Amino acid sequence: MGEFKVHRVRFFDYMPSGIRALAFNQDTERMAVARMDGSVEVFHCSDRFFQEKIIPGREQFGIEGLSWVGERLFSAGLNGGITEYDLTNQKVKYTIDAYGGPIWTIAGNQQGTHLAVGCEDGTVKLFEVNEDNIQFERNLDRQKSRIVSLSWHPSGSKIAAGMMDMIQVFNVETGHSMHRMLADRGVGTSRSKECVVWSVVYLSDGTIITGDSVGMVKLWDDQTGTLIKSHNVTKCDVLALSVSQNEDSLVAGTSEGIVVQFQFVSMVLGKDDKEWVRTRTFRNHTHDIRAVAEITTAVVSGGMDAQLVVRPLLDKIEERSAASALRKIHFPHRRLVACARKSGLMLFQYPGHLELWRLGESEGKGIPGSSLFVKRNPEKLLHLKVKGEDHIRCSAVSPCGEWIVYSTASTLRLYRLHCDNNNISITKISKLPKVLSSANQLCFSSDSSHLFSASAQSSVHLVSISQSGCKFVGTLKPKSGSHQAIHLLAASEDGKWVASANSDHEVHIYNLQTRKAHCTVPIYSSAVTAMGIHPATNCLFMMHADQQMFEYSIEQKQYTDWSRTVQRKGLHRLWVERDTPCLNVMFNPQNPSHVILHDMYMLCIIDQSLPLPDDKTQFYNQLTLKSLTEEQRKSHSHAFKVCKTFKDILCVELMPDQSLVVVERPLEDIATQLPAPIKQKKFAT
Amino acid sequence: MVEQSEVRVVRCGGSKINLRPPIISTDSRFVLCASGDSVKVYSTRTEEWLHSLQGHTNQVTGITLNPANHLQVYSCSADGTVKLWDFIDGILIKTFIIGYPLFAIYVSEKHDGIVFLHIAMDTDSKNECFQLVAVHLPKSAEQEVEAKELSAVSSRISPNPSCTAFGREGQYIAFARHLQLNVYFFRKQKTYSFSLKATDKKGAKNAFTCIACHPADDCIATGHEDGKIRLWRNFIHTKEYTYSTQHWHHNAVNTVCFTPEGTNLLSGGIESVLVQWQYGAGNRKEFLPRLGGSILHVSTSSDGQLFCTSHSDNKITVIESSFKVCGVIQGLVKGDAVLTDLMIDPRSKALVLNGKPGHLQFYSLLRDKHLYNLDIVQQEYIYEAGLDQFEVVKAAFDIKGYWLATVEERGQKSSDLEFSLKLWAYDERTQSFVLNTTITAAHTDRIMSMCFSSSEETTMLVTTAEDGQFKAWCQGADADTQQDQNFWSCDFVGSYHNLKPTNCSFSADSSLLAVSFQEVITIWSPDTWELLTTLCQPPGVVRDLCFGQLSCSKYLIATTTRNLLCCWNLLTCALEWSTSVEVSKLQPDPLSENVAAFSYQSKHTDLFVFKPNEPRPLFTHKNVCSEKMHRAVFVPREEPLNNCDESSQWLNRSQLYFLTQNMDLLTFSTATEEDRMLSSSKRLVIDDSVAVTPFYLLLGKHRQQQQKLNTPSHPAADKPQQPQGSLTCLLLSFPSLFFPPEMEMESSEQEMNSEKEEEHSEEEMEACDSQQELRAQGSVDEVTPKLSKAQERELKRVRKTDFSWMAGLIDSKP
Repeated sequence: MGEFKVHRVRFFDYMPSGIRALAFNQDTERMAVARMDGSVEVFHCSDRFFQEKIIPGREQFGIEGLSWVGERLFSAGLNGGITEYDLTNQKVKYTIDAYGGPIWTIAGNQQGTHLAVGCEDGTVKLFEVNEDNIQFERNLDRQKSRIVSLSWHPSGSKIAAGMMDMIQVFNVETGHSMHRMLADRGVGTSRSKECVVWSVVYLSDGTIITGDSVGMVKLWDDQTGTLIKSHNVTKCDVLALSVSQNEDSLVAGTSEGIVVQFQFVSMVLGKDDKEWVRTRTFRNHTHDIRAVAEITTAVVSGGMDAQLVVRPLLDKIEERSAASALRKIHFPHRRLVACARKSGLMLFQYPGHLELWRLGESEGKGIPGSSLFVKRNPEKLLHLKVKGEDHIRCSAVSPCGEWIVYSTASTLRLYRLHCDNNNISITKISKLPKVLSSANQLCFSSDSSHLFSASAQSSVHLVSISQSGCKFVGTLKPKSGSHQAIHLLAASEDGKWVASANSDHEVHIYNLQTRKAHCTVPIYSSAVTAMGIHPATNCLFMMHADQQMFEYSIEQKQYTDWSRTVQRKGLHRLWVERDTPCLNVMFNPQNPSHVILHDMYMLCIIDQSLPLPDDKTQFYNQLTLKSLTEEQRKSHSHAFKVCKTFKDILCVELMPDQSLVVVERPLEDIATQLPAPIKQKKFAT
Repeated sequence: MVEQSEVRVVRCGGSKINLRPPIISTDSRFVLCASGDSVKVYSTRTEEWLHSLQGHTNQVTGITLNPANHLQVYSCSADGTVKLWDFIDGILIKTFIIGYPLFAIYVSEKHDGIVFLHIAMDTDSKNECFQLVAVHLPKSAEQEVEAKELSAVSSRISPNPSCTAFGREGQYIAFARHLQLNVYFFRKQKTYSFSLKATDKKGAKNAFTCIACHPADDCIATGHEDGKIRLWRNFIHTKEYTYSTQHWHHNAVNTVCFTPEGTNLLSGGIESVLVQWQYGAGNRKEFLPRLGGSILHVSTSSDGQLFCTSHSDNKITVIESSFKVCGVIQGLVKGDAVLTDLMIDPRSKALVLNGKPGHLQFYSLLRDKHLYNLDIVQQEYIYEAGLDQFEVVKAAFDIKGYWLATVEERGQKSSDLEFSLKLWAYDERTQSFVLNTTITAAHTDRIMSMCFSSSEETTMLVTTAEDGQFKAWCQGADADTQQDQNFWSCDFVGSYHNLKPTNCSFSADSSLLAVSFQEVITIWSPDTWELLTTLCQPPGVVRDLCFGQLSCSKYLIATTTRNLLCCWNLLTCALEWSTSVEVSKLQPDPLSENVAAFSYQSKHTDLFVFKPNEPRPLFTHKNVCSEKMHRAVFVPREEPLNNCDESSQWLNRSQLYFLTQNMDLLTFSTATEEDRMLSSSKRLVIDDSVAVTPFYLLLGKHRQQQQKLNTPSHPAADKPQQPQGSLTCLLLSFPSLFFPPEMEMESSEQEMNSEKEEEHSEEEMEACDSQQELRAQGSVDEVTPKLSKAQERELKRVRKTDFSWMAGLIDSKP
């Protein structure tokens, strides 16, 4: 595997933002996640929960509710506006004000014709969903207190609304309230506190299920407006409810961080009189669960602890596989760290600012596993705040370390870094070409002479940058295909090629000399999570969300023999069952047969000259190899060398001096920065 | 070996009452529990032992009410029979011979005439494979029927009988084994299996420990090793089955039980807290803590008004549905180990041994009743594993029962041993022992043995310890203290060549004290503290030492570790005889010359009874039990038997009880004893040839009842020595304790003829007389005459009839 000097970087204080809302689209199998910072992410549920799209948020833009209407995604927040997203270009399409004060909840009906929002002023507002916008239709009967939660009856004729201390059922046709059901307050001291109906679910058989701040999950009958049954789930709040598609299972998320499942089972076997019975409890969170969603085969939950937990329901899964394991998503599936390899600079991307660090230096040599004496400490050179309210979408630093670029939804800024001894200054490059108004992904060429900017319609703009200024060179456009936004760019070392990958799994390769599309890699069913062009052979190495790997020869426009062998022999079971995607592909110039990959938990070197492991061989064999003699080692070694020394990895980069930079963000550090969870009595404490 | 069949080993007295769940009769008046070879019937209200159902010849392993007749009970036993009893009258109705050792019994209303039994798989006895079989009980008029129709339900089930339960309306039976739950549907004849993982990431231990089925819903509650309770539903689907988990117990759940209506679920475990979970209401629960030992079983009465829990300290607690303890039935407390010898309190003739931690218990073997616990350590016991706490390790009574000496010890495992010697005096007024002297550093090392002198005049205690000394303690007037009370102080310290003393024993007249120092036995005169002689028979360290009794008091018997049993004549100071036998326990009978020796050889224990004056054993019993014998004691009989038979003669004056390593208290019973028992139980049936008139029922019966009431309260000798209760109070306090439920009648009667108070008091006088008569007789075998069923029915009828005519008569009388 080789020995590397490792810069173990732990000064990237990345804090993932808490999850506020979830919305699941059954037809497209996409899960939309809204975070506290106003960003919206779209995960592909059947593609190993790969984070396909990220729409960055804005300052003071809290999202309270998220709703799919067909394939369109809407959100509403406390700023009082309803926002529709342009998922193709991964940006906000428009925002209209509902004029009802802060909006607490948004719900679309199953027919896809209307959106209902619940406002602070006590109104439920209906919006008609038109072809390319939404239009206010009318208010339902105005109530005295704010509307906290909403749920449509599947027929679209009734709406249940959760409020302070009560639940109202509205007839959509007339707009009048049909029933008013009072939720009990807690006993004792909490008697004086209002009971907030945090969540409501309307079932097709007329049962209304509510979760409230007293900790009860209550079932109501909408015919009579009476309570059928109540389950005491917790001492704190029940914050979220979600019912499965066929309405036989319900999950409730509480502020204690537990998810409770209820199932609609017959009490006497073989008979039809079914009841909702509390069954399983899932404890995967440490903090409040703000949103739950029951999808076909799993329960997805997210909350203040900023992790998205996918808990598979084993009874719904036909056969157990890697896709059916418990999955916790902590970090975005994008790179937040850029590295200027030649100058040893690291650029960290935070939502609202950028940080530039210079790596430290060490001296002396040590045995593997030991830590070296640090001669010079790492140094923070720059703290660059974003102008405006938008959060950063993407950023890049040139390999020479001279240029820094970032883009928000509205602007793109390019800076030049002057670094003479200890004086650091930056100058903003004004007069950027017009095409550089915003970018989905940014990338510098290896000689730092060009900037690639991925923009709308899957096109890549090519801009040459020099001391004198910045000049638009041309636009690279795919010959055909979709217009989805590009999320990955890779430029070749020799400056001849650039490859782009978009969220429709398309990978286009452009020839930079002709500035024309060179070819398109055959489309694979899973999303590309990382790719890189080999400096020596100019082969494009791609990693996919389902952990498959492909190597495509750009010059020959076909898969390489090695890639075909991999596909023929198949990958090892343990490799395929890993649950985080690979986020970077690197090549070692000293050893052209080596490909370096990393995901959140490990660092891996693939030696293409060695045989591939089959399912019978020991996959993690480093320890075994150590104990063997030199000759035996040859027969036992295989292509995959996995290093699990580092944990919670955000980025790994190979520097020209054969040292590795490993950026870690320990989950424990994140946990300590979270607000304190609800105090719970723990046994034996 | 014909003689041997006459004397057999039985479990009698002090047997486990917590082996199987107790059952409550349908009218909630009786609690039945399997106890040794019999089924005991207790009253729920008075906690008193009413009678026992005797007839099985081996451990009773299961009892259940007959679903067809709630006045009958089925019992199964390891002797391979199922017996049907009328438990109110104690009549054996039928015996079904199955032929295999049985371990549990289950019945269901829906399966008429079928019982389900656990039998051991005969293929390999090593792995203890148990089988669940359904047995069709043949309908025939005969007393003894052989049931041959066995059909297996499942061939591999858990040996734990609480892992099997019937479901709603007997439609299915659920049984669990290790990590698998099986549900067998009778109609479909199909088994559904559900498995849990052995452990999960959080280290949960998922093995099943108990099971219960909801009476109305299809819901199975299971208890698990890590304290979780799971409620299973939808178990006709192999995939869409579901369960919910509740977790309160911190250790294995021993028992779960639904109340008859299914509104609540009761569970218990090692915490000795009874938990009541509201069914269907998630985690709402109630607790009844501090019930004593860990809960092993819970059962409910059919109306749900009473719960019964049985505990590891051999106790049954009767609990009202309002979670109030209303009765405690205490058996012989069996702790982890009996460290003290088995002793007999010379006063109450009660068996004394370790009971609750830090206590000595007094147990009446004759009445099979726990009398009281004496707190020796007088410190709070903390229920935590691995905590080193004071334990009573030695105890001794003086010959009259005035003094009790105890040694408590802490730190057996660690090097720093703490121990103290306590002396307790009997207080006539409080009828219990009162601490007289505490000696904290009696010796510098562990006390090995101690004994009181056996003379009547002076009491002296001798202790031997590992520090190489033996000390004699006397109660003497201490010059320093000016008090009336006399405390104990050291009188003499003796040693012999710095050897470690092991055993000590006084001769019958206390004129000699024998102390063994490893291989050497030294004989001392307690009056002058002069070393009289030494006896030695190497090789082998002396293990046990005792003097002969009565006419054989000139003999000293010792056993050594090198398998030698020696007998010295102290008059000649010469070895009289010796024989090579491995003796693990030597026990002299204080009332005869006999000495019992238990020998453990080739995995079974043999008993030899001999007299010291002749080397030939009087009686031998091979293979008494398979474990090593631990402790033994001769318990004097109330009334000597007169067996002429040579083999059973040695049991005439006292009875030999012994304790095995498994903490089973066993004894020897003779043929004559059993005959007498049987005849007395037969007498129950013959009754009532006299014509029944209302007056007879009212007065005659009442008298009879009084007699009956008083008979259990035997002569004064074995009066329970209730601490803090004076003798005079006892008589008064008894009735309320002893009233069997039939006595309700009396109150109604009193109301009726309140004017006849004088007459009534006369009756009581008579009752007292009769009691005295009985006391004079002092007969042990007088067995309680019981109302037969016919009588009772008559009584009920009379109770219902209108007595207004009689009131008229009485009014017109003057």
